[in-house]
Amino acid sequence: MLHSPVDRVAEATPHAIAKRFRGLSDRSLAWLFVAPSIVLLLAVNIFPLIWTIRLSFTNFRVNRPNAEVEFVGLKNYISILSDKDIWLTMQATAHFLIWTLVLQVLIGFSLAYLINKKFRGNDLWTTIIVLPMMLSPAVVGNFWTFLYQPQIGLFNYAIGFLTGADPSSFSMIGDVALAPWAIVIVDTWMWTPFVMLICLAGLRSIPDSIYEAAECDRASKWRQFWTITIPLVLPFLMLAVLFRGIENFKMFDLVVQLTGGGPGSITELTSINLKREAFEKWRTGYASAYAVILFVTVFGLASIYVKALNKVKER
Amino acid sequence: MSSYSITEPSRRQKWFAGVLVVLYALITILPLVWIIGTSFKTPSDAIAYPPKTFFTPTVEGYVNVFTTRTRLTEEQLQAVGEPQTWYDRLVRKDGLVISGPSRFAERFTNSVIIGFGSTVLCIVLGTAAAYAFSRFKVPLKDDLLFFILSTRMMPPIAVAIPIFLMFRSLGLSDTHAGMILLYTAVNLSLSVWLLKGFIDEIPVEYEEAALIDGYTRFQAFYKVVLPQAATGIASTAIFCLIFAWNEYAFAVLLTSGNAQTAPPFIPTIIGVSGQDWPAVAAGATLFLVPVMVFTILLRKHLLRGITFGAVRK
Repeated sequence: MLHSPVDRVAEATPHAIAKRFRGLSDRSLAWLFVAPSIVLLLAVNIFPLIWTIRLSFTNFRVNRPNAEVEFVGLKNYISILSDKDIWLTMQATAHFLIWTLVLQVLIGFSLAYLINKKFRGNDLWTTIIVLPMMLSPAVVGNFWTFLYQPQIGLFNYAIGFLTGADPSSFSMIGDVALAPWAIVIVDTWMWTPFVMLICLAGLRSIPDSIYEAAECDRASKWRQFWTITIPLVLPFLMLAVLFRGIENFKMFDLVVQLTGGGPGSITELTSINLKREAFEKWRTGYASAYAVILFVTVFGLASIYVKALNKVKER
Repeated sequence: MSSYSITEPSRRQKWFAGVLVVLYALITILPLVWIIGTSFKTPSDAIAYPPKTFFTPTVEGYVNVFTTRTRLTEEQLQAVGEPQTWYDRLVRKDGLVISGPSRFAERFTNSVIIGFGSTVLCIVLGTAAAYAFSRFKVPLKDDLLFFILSTRMMPPIAVAIPIFLMFRSLGLSDTHAGMILLYTAVNLSLSVWLLKGFIDEIPVEYEEAALIDGYTRFQAFYKVVLPQAATGIASTAIFCLIFAWNEYAFAVLLTSGNAQTAPPFIPTIIGVSGQDWPAVAAGATLFLVPVMVFTILLRKHLLRGITFGAVRK
């Protein structure tokens, strides 16, 4: 089938030479394509992480560049783990983490279940519900301080309207008892749609035929819900909890704008506390050890959780 | 007429579900509507009790967010003379004169530059890496992909200390270039994972046909795969843009005068006498509305984007 002289030349050319003229080999192209990304991530993530680990064994302070840097061994780690205030911030984080997850899972799943009833216009309303999630947490936190104002704030007014309480009698972000709930409410408002979307994907992945088979076996709706819907949505739900868990463990922007960790330090989550140590008190070595502890905690918890998730998926 | 199905919810169930969801949607949207509404109020309307639902709209908040103003005495005002422009007239009612532009426009421009800059870089690097991971045998592929994903687990504050030191010694702190590089690194994991998913879905046969036609590998990538992946690339780009646009922690720690973006700036807006809520609301509205528009455009890809492609619909 070789007609033109060009084709005949091509046929006669040894393979290796032909390949050179055909441009880069797949192998070198692969490296050329992957390397820039890996280099950037190494420079901006791994290199700083190693640096953080190194600093965590020293008494280095950024604001005293001329002071002698001493190697202090595990001293930073020991003083962090034995510091009562840090355990208090851990407690604040745990409170925030547990309640946001519980509320978001309950509300998010219920919403997804309702939307999956496929009423007319469900797409439009889903999109509206999703809006808060895409906005800047810092700006959201900032404008919620306005909604939470005693008397003039919309939130206080709505609560007053519903319960008959005086809207100026309580301050969500100024009251020690209410502030931990103020941050839970805003985070739930903002991130419930995330859990909802993932649950919805889970619900939609269940084929109708399973329900039809159950119906033939005369399983009650209640039984179908617990033996079909819940187990099949569970892997999705656990994935949502993983994502939210990691994000809320790192929580900084929303809460720092909303309460700034106050009143006192009642809503001072670990990231806010860490920022204070590193960028206000400038205890760099100490803060680095703190950062390493947090990172190991997130990574450890996430790995255990992913194992559990895989077990659920296999079932 | 659709055929009867036992799995189809009854009419009553649909109605009940619809009412509950619409109710939730209305409650959830209320704070956003309120903030947009507040941006068109006068400062006194904004802090009225009970909160005002109906009011005469004004653009005072928007004028205030873009300008700085000073209060003058009666005599000084007379000396300044009649206000020249519509916005001068607007602030003159309260006995103020505009003394200059505020830094909002500058911060907003920074957000745009850093957002778009990092998105472009992220897409270029991400598409290349995603293509390689999707089509070639890259050694340690799974490990590399997991490594890319794991960079997301780190709290930003935890790496902020050495990045702060690194940027300072490289002269990158508080520069656009530094922030673009940083946000690119932050969003790269998202872009690689998402784009790999999109490219995986393009049949390899198209490229093979192109290679047989005498294209080089690079030409096949450029002329066949890229146009096919255009939708995926566009939606990934919008996600990168939104995440960079919303970022706060690095922005507040690593920028101050020159390259500061809008999120750390908006909360610092204060008026001549106390907190100027309409101006804050106007700043927030200008900043948030573009994201709302993009979200509506993106709704089909939303799930894929926010879960790094872990869940596809």
